[in-house]
Amino acid sequence: MSVKATTTPVLVVQEDPREEHLLLDPRPTKELNGMILEAMQRTGKGFWLAVIILGALILVGLVGAWGYQILTGMGVAGIRRPVYWGVYIANFVFWIGISHSGTFVSAILRVFKAEFRRPITRGSEMMTSFALIVAGMYPLIHLGRTWRFYWMVPYPNQRHLWPNFHSPLMWDMMAIFTYLIGSTLYLYLPLIPDLAMARDNTTGWRQKLYRILALGWRGTEAEWHHLKTAINIFAFAIIPVMFSVHTIVSWDFGMTMKTGWHSSIFGPYFVVGAIFSGVSAVATVLLIVRRTMKLDYFLRPEHFDAIGKLVLVFSFAWTYFFFADYLTEWYGGEAVGKELLTLQAHGPVAPLWYAMLITNIVIPWLTLWNRKVRRSFWGLLLVTLGVNVGMYIERYIIVTGFLTRNRLPFDWGAYNPTWVELLISIGSLSTFIFLYAVVSRLIPLVPIWEVREGQIAHTLRRVGRALVPSVAELE
Amino acid sequence: MSEQPHRWTMIIDLDRCTGCQACVVACHAENNVPVAGEDEVRLGRAMHWLRIERYWEGEYPNLKARFVPMMCQQCENAPCEPVCPVFATYHSEVENVNIQVYNRCIGTRYCANNCPYIARIFNWFDPEFPEPLNEQLNPDISVRRRGIMEKCTFCIQRIRRAEETAEAEQREVRDGEVTPACAQSCPTDAFVFGDLNDPESRVAKLARSRRRFRLLEELGTEPAVIYLKGGDAYVG
Repeated sequence: MSVKATTTPVLVVQEDPREEHLLLDPRPTKELNGMILEAMQRTGKGFWLAVIILGALILVGLVGAWGYQILTGMGVAGIRRPVYWGVYIANFVFWIGISHSGTFVSAILRVFKAEFRRPITRGSEMMTSFALIVAGMYPLIHLGRTWRFYWMVPYPNQRHLWPNFHSPLMWDMMAIFTYLIGSTLYLYLPLIPDLAMARDNTTGWRQKLYRILALGWRGTEAEWHHLKTAINIFAFAIIPVMFSVHTIVSWDFGMTMKTGWHSSIFGPYFVVGAIFSGVSAVATVLLIVRRTMKLDYFLRPEHFDAIGKLVLVFSFAWTYFFFADYLTEWYGGEAVGKELLTLQAHGPVAPLWYAMLITNIVIPWLTLWNRKVRRSFWGLLLVTLGVNVGMYIERYIIVTGFLTRNRLPFDWGAYNPTWVELLISIGSLSTFIFLYAVVSRLIPLVPIWEVREGQIAHTLRRVGRALVPSVAELE
Repeated sequence: MSEQPHRWTMIIDLDRCTGCQACVVACHAENNVPVAGEDEVRLGRAMHWLRIERYWEGEYPNLKARFVPMMCQQCENAPCEPVCPVFATYHSEVENVNIQVYNRCIGTRYCANNCPYIARIFNWFDPEFPEPLNEQLNPDISVRRRGIMEKCTFCIQRIRRAEETAEAEQREVRDGEVTPACAQSCPTDAFVFGDLNDPESRVAKLARSRRRFRLLEELGTEPAVIYLKGGDAYVG
């Protein structure tokens, strides 16, 4: 809709800011609540069908295939000398990367008071927690003796064993647990007022559930004060944790003496890659959520526009790190390093490597500068899906490709994943979608109070014939 | 280094190695190493703790095969040790070798990735000892189940036995008293094993050879396996 000036034809044709900006388009509280509660409780045939299929895939992958692997031995996976780590570790790094979405979008944008974050924080925080759950399964799936996983847990025991804190795997475990607990609390805190809202507007088992989850929230000034303080502390505290997690994941590789892995740039390189992949996943997931849950009022093109810009910026950043890593390896000219570059340029992994360059660099750079692409459903969906395919390839090459080449050429090898690894990977992807789908019907996917807070702070004022947004500074 | 009672060292004379693989078989027999089978070997899952790496040199018809027996190098500064989250591999101060505790291993395979010699062997499946191999399992050594990392131990059971015998007889371990299975079976005497701390031992004498080198020495892993250059290598 556009407001056309009728009296003076010289006036500029101006878009109505209310249509563009969620925060300038306030609705009564009841209507807002109603919209989100309706979306939350709408479970059609398609939804249940999806849930059943996902559940079946989880059973096949995580019970069937993983069970088979535990009972038979790691040999059913494609790993072999010298590629001792395979798809499982690539998946692990990938899901840890996806988990960076929530914190980045939510905490960093909250700290910097980026207003477009308001309706998308919850959706991305949920991704963090679920991606971490999926990622956390992989070190277990990958263990030769899964049933002895608790030997890595530091607790006083009769075996007189204590884990080795020199091992990057121990750092990894601690970082992931910290992040999982921190990010789940960070998801929960801003959820409390919305749970109270849901408690007040639902009946039956839902009301009982929300009554417990809302922790007796009444919305007094003191409660708001405490909540805001707690959220603020968590938003700041979770950021260094996020950086530490993927840095430590990269150190699983960086701390070794393997050529290609042993690199001091791996920490920041992996963090940037994780945010690149995570922010892309936020776009993908929210696009689908907007379609399936009919949240057009809350999730608007302006939000996807902003996420699209972030994806482009992180594509630049990732390319910079990728290039720095590549150039150093190439210029150093070490024999094994050269072999690794040859492997990527025209070895067995070359098709994957070029695909990665296309999805991570060429396509985002050619498309995301364009406002129309960022605002179109299919445009942004395909570009961001492509980025995650590319980021998966990156991890796959780093983990499995680099392991095929060693200093002693007699021990070079190859790697191909087997159907067991494939089924487990599909099972874990299904776990993520399953959790997201089910929980999106249980908790409000859009933080209503945060949207309302923003809408109160933003007003439209009419100055002459123009509509001027005015913003009241909060906090 | 000399605070340690022994510095067990292996010398491998590449000039003497004919690539006959007797050592590989002996190692399998001594250490209860299962046979992986044709298909698994083709995949790259041969279970040999000790393998003969064969490199071709030159172009046909002036072709030469070079054999390098390769096993755990028992690094003094081993890259596999710090990365294990459960201390399943650590450095023995007494024997000065790299120990693998099978019962403690949970199978992260991190050690194997970090070994520049790719010397570590993983049990992809539960071991099978088809008839009549099951009749000759070594009672001094456990049989490892699936999901566990293993590797050459310098036949630590033989080292321990010699040490205990010597202690019972209240004397030092004599040079040549400990012979790992590979050294025992080598028809050309390419393997020599002994204590480098004893300046009169065969190893100590051979270690002073000008042909000596250690694999990937530039990495600073300080292997306890010393190779003697073979062939027409310049020994000046």
